[in-house]
Amino acid sequence: MSNNSSSIIDSIPEHRDKLSSLREILLANALMIGELPAPTFGEEARITFMSNRFTEEGLQNISIDEAGNGMAILPGTKGEHNILVCAHADTVFSQMTDHAMSVGPNHIQGPGVGDNSLGLAAIVTLPEILKRLNISFEDNLILLGCSRSLGHGDLGGIRFFLENNQLPIRAGVCVEGIQLGRLSYTSVGMLRGEIEVNVPTQYDWNKFGATGAVVLLTKVVQRILEIPIPIEPPTRILFGSLNAGTSFGTQPTTANLRFEIRSEKIGMAAELRQKIEDIIDEIANASDTEIKLSVIAQRTPTGLAYSHPMVKTMRSILNKMDVKPHAEPSVGELSELINKGIPAVTLGLTKGHDKNEFKESIEINPIFDGVSQLVALLQSIDGGFCDE
Amino acid sequence: MNDKIEKWLKTNTFHHGEFWDLRKLIELKEKKGLKISLCIPTLNEEKTIGKEIVILKSELMERYPLIDEFAVIDSGSDDKTLEVAAAFGADTYSASDILPEVGHKRGKGENLWKAIYQLKGDIIVYVDADIKNIHPRFVTGIVAPLINNDTIKYCKAFYDRPMAYSSGIRPSGGGRVTEILIRPLFSLFFPELTSLMQPLSGEFAVRREVLERIPFPIGYGVETAHILDVYKEWGLDAFAQCDLDQRIHRNQSTNALGKMSFGILQTFINRLKSYGMVDRLPELSTLYRQFQAEGNRYEQVTREIVEDERPPMITIPAYRKKYGIK
Repeated sequence: MSNNSSSIIDSIPEHRDKLSSLREILLANALMIGELPAPTFGEEARITFMSNRFTEEGLQNISIDEAGNGMAILPGTKGEHNILVCAHADTVFSQMTDHAMSVGPNHIQGPGVGDNSLGLAAIVTLPEILKRLNISFEDNLILLGCSRSLGHGDLGGIRFFLENNQLPIRAGVCVEGIQLGRLSYTSVGMLRGEIEVNVPTQYDWNKFGATGAVVLLTKVVQRILEIPIPIEPPTRILFGSLNAGTSFGTQPTTANLRFEIRSEKIGMAAELRQKIEDIIDEIANASDTEIKLSVIAQRTPTGLAYSHPMVKTMRSILNKMDVKPHAEPSVGELSELINKGIPAVTLGLTKGHDKNEFKESIEINPIFDGVSQLVALLQSIDGGFCDE
Repeated sequence: MNDKIEKWLKTNTFHHGEFWDLRKLIELKEKKGLKISLCIPTLNEEKTIGKEIVILKSELMERYPLIDEFAVIDSGSDDKTLEVAAAFGADTYSASDILPEVGHKRGKGENLWKAIYQLKGDIIVYVDADIKNIHPRFVTGIVAPLINNDTIKYCKAFYDRPMAYSSGIRPSGGGRVTEILIRPLFSLFFPELTSLMQPLSGEFAVRREVLERIPFPIGYGVETAHILDVYKEWGLDAFAQCDLDQRIHRNQSTNALGKMSFGILQTFINRLKSYGMVDRLPELSTLYRQFQAEGNRYEQVTREIVEDERPPMITIPAYRKKYGIK
C-alpha cells in the first residue's frame, strides 16, 4: 500500500518500463485466450483456461460458478476489503469463426483480440505483474472472467455473480482491451431489442399492396428514423443487424432487425420503445402480417459523478501518461456494478482498430501504459484514495 | 514383426496430455543435467513466426524453464521473418553465417544441420514455422519422451490432420505424401518403420549424439533420411512418437507434393543403394518432369531437383574443435 496518491501516480513510468519484461507472458495469454472461441453462452474454454492459470499462480477460491463465470482471489495482506477486477469473456464471433491470431512487430490481429482477449489476459497475468513490480495490496483482489455479457447474454454472468457473491466489494474495475484512454464511469440507459416480421403462411400475395417481409421491415425502419430524437441528453437508435429472406427471387416471409436505443436521459429508452411499438402495431395491422418487438436487455442510466474520487484518480493517471481521457458511457458490466452501489470504472488497455471485425487488431507498445494505469488505479483504491 | 510393432506402439507412442506436469519434467531434466535447444527453421514465415516465438518463449522459457535456448535459423527470407523474430527476443541466425567455411546450400535441411553446430543443447527440438495453432504441446510432447527415457533418441510428432470425418474413426494422421509414397515404400523395405504415423512431420526432438552422426540431405529428403539412418544404426527402439492432436498449417498443391516426392525418392533409393539392398539401378535422373496444357498444346515443365547432402556434423573440423571432440 502506498502512502499517498501522488507517489502512486509518479511510479507509473517506472512500472511501465519494468512491465516490458512481461511482454511475452502477457501477449501469449492474449493469444491463447483469443484462439479459444467464446461466443456468448459458449465461454467455457476461456474460463477453464483462466482457472488453470489461476491455479498455476497459486490463487485462492478458484471456482467456476453456475453461470459460467471464472473467479479467483489474490489475498491481500489484511483482507478486510475486496476489489473486483473483471473482464467479459465472450465475443461477437461464432464458434465456427477462424480464431487464429497473427503477430507482427507491433500488433496482434485476430477476431476479438481487443474485445476482449487482451482484457482477460491482463486479469490472468495480474498476479505475475504485481509480483514483478513488487506490489502487494492490503485488500483482496477478486479476479473475474464474466460469462454471458454481450447481446442475448444481457450481462447474465456479472448479474449472477453479484446476486450470489458473499464478499463485500469496495470497488470494481472493468477491463477492456481497447481503447487506451477510455474512462467509463456512467452507464447509459439502454434498450436492446429485436423486431421480427412474419408473413403468415395463408397470406394473400395477390391483394393490393401485398409485399414481403423485407419491404415491411424497411417501412418500420423508415418510420423509426422519423421519430424525433433529442440531442441533449445524448440519445440515439443504433441499427445493429438485419436478416431477411433466402434468395434473389423468392418473396421473403421473415425478417429480423436487431437494434439498441441508448440514452443518457432517464425514461427515454422506455418512451422510444412505446413509439416503436405503436409503429409496429400500425404497420402490422395495415399489412395483415405479424410484427413483434422483443426486448433482449434493458439498462437504466446511472453512474458516478465526474467529481467522484475514483474518476478523478483515473483522470490524473491518464494525464500522467499523456493520454486524453475519453469519457464513454458503458452498457457493459459497469452498469450492474454501479446499480449495486459499487463504485466502478471501465478502462481500456491499448489502441486498437476494426473492433468486432475479423481483422480486429491491437497495438503492442501501448499495452504497457494500459497495464500500468490498471495497477495505479488498483493501488489508489487499495490506499483508500478512491473512497468518497 | 507384428508383435514387435504392437509392443513398440504400446511403449513408444505417447499423447501430449501425458506430459501436462511441466514442473515434474523440468525437475527430471535438471536432475539429468540436460540442456535443451529449440530451433525454428524459416524461409519467409513473417505471418506465423511472431506468434510461435511469443507463445513458446512465454510458456517454455519464462513460465516453465524447459527450453534453455531458442533460435530461428533462416535460409534467406526476403520478408520480415528475421525482424519479427528478433523483435520478440529469439536468437536469429542466417544459415549462411554459420560455418561459412563449408559454404551455403539453400534448403531446410541446411538450417537443421547448421543448428547442430550453432546450438548448445544436448537435445535439439525442431519445430516448423508455419503452424497456425501453435501451442506449447508442439515442444513438450516431443521432448518429454527423451527426458523421461534415456534409450529414446529421436521423437517425432504426429497429428490428426484437420480433415472432416463423420464415422468417429480417427484418420491415421499421415499426410498425402506419407500415405501415397512413404508408407508403401516402408511397407516394402522397412516394415517396422510403418509404425511411425507421420514420418515427414516437421516437429521432432533428437539427441545431439545422434544428430552429429547422421548425414543431412538439405532438401525434401531430410526427414526420410533421418528415419532410415537412425533405424539402421540404433533400431526401432530409438524412436518414439507423440500425438499432438491437431496441426493447422498451409496446404501444399499437388504439384508441390510431386516435387517433394521426387526428392524423397532420390534420398530413399540412394539409401537403399548404400545399404546394399538394391543393385543394377541405372543412373538416376535429377530432372523432375511435369506437364501443363496451353490450348491444345501440352508443355513440359522440368525442374532440376538434386538431393544434395551434408556429411555428419562430427566430421566437420570446426565442430570437433568447438565441442572438444578429439
